[in-house]
Amino acid sequence: MTLNQYIIEARNLTKVYTMGDQKVHALRGVDLKIEPGEFTAIMGPSGSGKSTLMNLIGALDQPTSGELFIEGQPLSTMIPPALADLRNRTLGFVFQQFNLLPRADALQNVKLPLRYARHEIIDADARARECLQMVDLEERMDHRPAQLSGGQQQRVAIARALAGKPRIILADEPTGALDTKTSEDIMKLLVELNASGITIILVTHEAEVAAFARRQIHFRDGLIESDERSGL
Amino acid sequence: MKLSVAFASAIEALTANVLRSFLTMLGIIIGVASVMIMMAMGAGAKAQIEAQISALGASTLTVRPGATRRGGVSQGAGASTPFTEADMEVIRRLPFVQAIDGQINSGVTAVSGQTNWSTQLIGTNPGYFEVQSLDVIEGRVFTEREARSGAAVAVLGQSVVKELFDGINPLGQRFRVNSVPVTVIGVLEGRGQSSFGQDRDDIVILPLTTARNRIIGAHPTTSKHVSRVEVMVANGYDMAVAQSDLEDFLRERRRIKPGASDNFRVYIIADFIRARSETQQTMGILLAFMAGVALFVGGVGVMNIMLVSVTERTREIGLRMALGARSTDIMAQFLTEALVLCGTGGLIGVALGFAGAWIAAKTGDWSMSLNVQITLMSFGAAAAVGIFFGYFPARRAARLNPIDALRYE
Repeated sequence: MTLNQYIIEARNLTKVYTMGDQKVHALRGVDLKIEPGEFTAIMGPSGSGKSTLMNLIGALDQPTSGELFIEGQPLSTMIPPALADLRNRTLGFVFQQFNLLPRADALQNVKLPLRYARHEIIDADARARECLQMVDLEERMDHRPAQLSGGQQQRVAIARALAGKPRIILADEPTGALDTKTSEDIMKLLVELNASGITIILVTHEAEVAAFARRQIHFRDGLIESDERSGL
Repeated sequence: MKLSVAFASAIEALTANVLRSFLTMLGIIIGVASVMIMMAMGAGAKAQIEAQISALGASTLTVRPGATRRGGVSQGAGASTPFTEADMEVIRRLPFVQAIDGQINSGVTAVSGQTNWSTQLIGTNPGYFEVQSLDVIEGRVFTEREARSGAAVAVLGQSVVKELFDGINPLGQRFRVNSVPVTVIGVLEGRGQSSFGQDRDDIVILPLTTARNRIIGAHPTTSKHVSRVEVMVANGYDMAVAQSDLEDFLRERRRIKPGASDNFRVYIIADFIRARSETQQTMGILLAFMAGVALFVGGVGVMNIMLVSVTERTREIGLRMALGARSTDIMAQFLTEALVLCGTGGLIGVALGFAGAWIAAKTGDWSMSLNVQITLMSFGAAAAVGIFFGYFPARRAARLNPIDALRYE
């Protein structure tokens, strides 16, 4: 089996945090393989290591040991600017708290990652509009976050994640700050994006949200407790 | 990230808190304005000194008899053998001499009608006007021939004209100098006060022979003496070389044995003024240093606010990193902010400096000189402060770990 078959592969991944003189083992040797186009939900109680894994996959943090491959590339061999470019081109982040710039309107927020794009983006404005159209918000592109509802803000954030044409979207509790109805809309949007070929990894502790994913992985005490694919 | 985008986001960030940005800028504004005013002051003083030097003759050597010693007692300046018109004739033939004059001076009373005026008489030869670069605004100066024949003609300074002939055309008027009648043939341009506070327009200039023979009174032993000789050095000759050549020539002529001290002095007047201006320059450097301290304090204020800003926006920095910003992008963002802050402060400071220098020149007795160089240097100082004090906060922002920054509360 070649490496390239998996879009994400973790081998014996560990992460140890030092808090004062106490060592916290967030991950204790995780092996994980995700194929292109999968929609995976990672579940588990808080402190089980699911968010830690997300941060490592997102190249926002480094593992204590083990190796992580994104599209076959071992992250440990990449220098910080290369990791920044990986976040810019390959990955898209969706956060629980949306993390929009409060003084910028929706269009500017969506354009933000394109400012850091080293590859060619012919027209950042057009691309940002296109992404807002995908989340059905193009008529609100001049609204600031404060003028948008929570669900709309999260859709702007998803549009922002899409701007760089990523192959992987990492969504960390994307519905954590939303009500049930809005959560469903956001999840349907993610399912749509997944159907268009984007690999999605979702962290959540809500079973109803995780049910939208075709694969559910449960974490406990820094290890994978269960890994099951639901029927297609 | 494109430069225009970096500037746009810097301005966006700074206008988000206008009052804070302005207060931070204030230090830079005051610093730049004071640097500019101090430099303008220094340049003004320098220009004034150069003007004084050129007024007194940048290329003038003054020759006076010096001190002599008799039995170990210094007789004081001017006590040794004076120079004579014969000395002048031979000095005139030295290669570096452009023009030469010899002077005798005396306090006299000028009388016209009922008006008496105490003034200074200078008896000299026509070379005087060239050496001193003096022009007449009315009439003419006396000729070599008038000087030799002892004609009773006078060239007056403006103060004398004002006292004796207020309101009437002085040309052709007769008046008396110590009871000797003379005719006015020229009026000098105004020169104002000397740097020593003397009225340089309060003079009556007569031909040397006229002054000596008819007014001061020729004495057999003082015949043909002049109290000082002034030499204008021709263009292309080094002043110091001309000075030492003239000294060597005079030592030989006055038969001073090798090793013996000179009984005369050759001065470069410009050197005196330059020596005096050094005190002023020291003062100027001190003032510029204090202005620099003001700018430094302003820079520390910028650094402080930039550090606050980095801390406040830690999450935003984390977000930008998550979206693909490299450390260098974050660095550039905060450096640009510091630069825009200091640049704007610098522009306002330059404007304020212009206004301040203008007001000081108008109201005070300051001579100010502003030029492009000073303006660019002041503005450049602000930009340098921005880069210098913005670097540390920007580096701190750039070195943040993405996940720590993103999770920062």
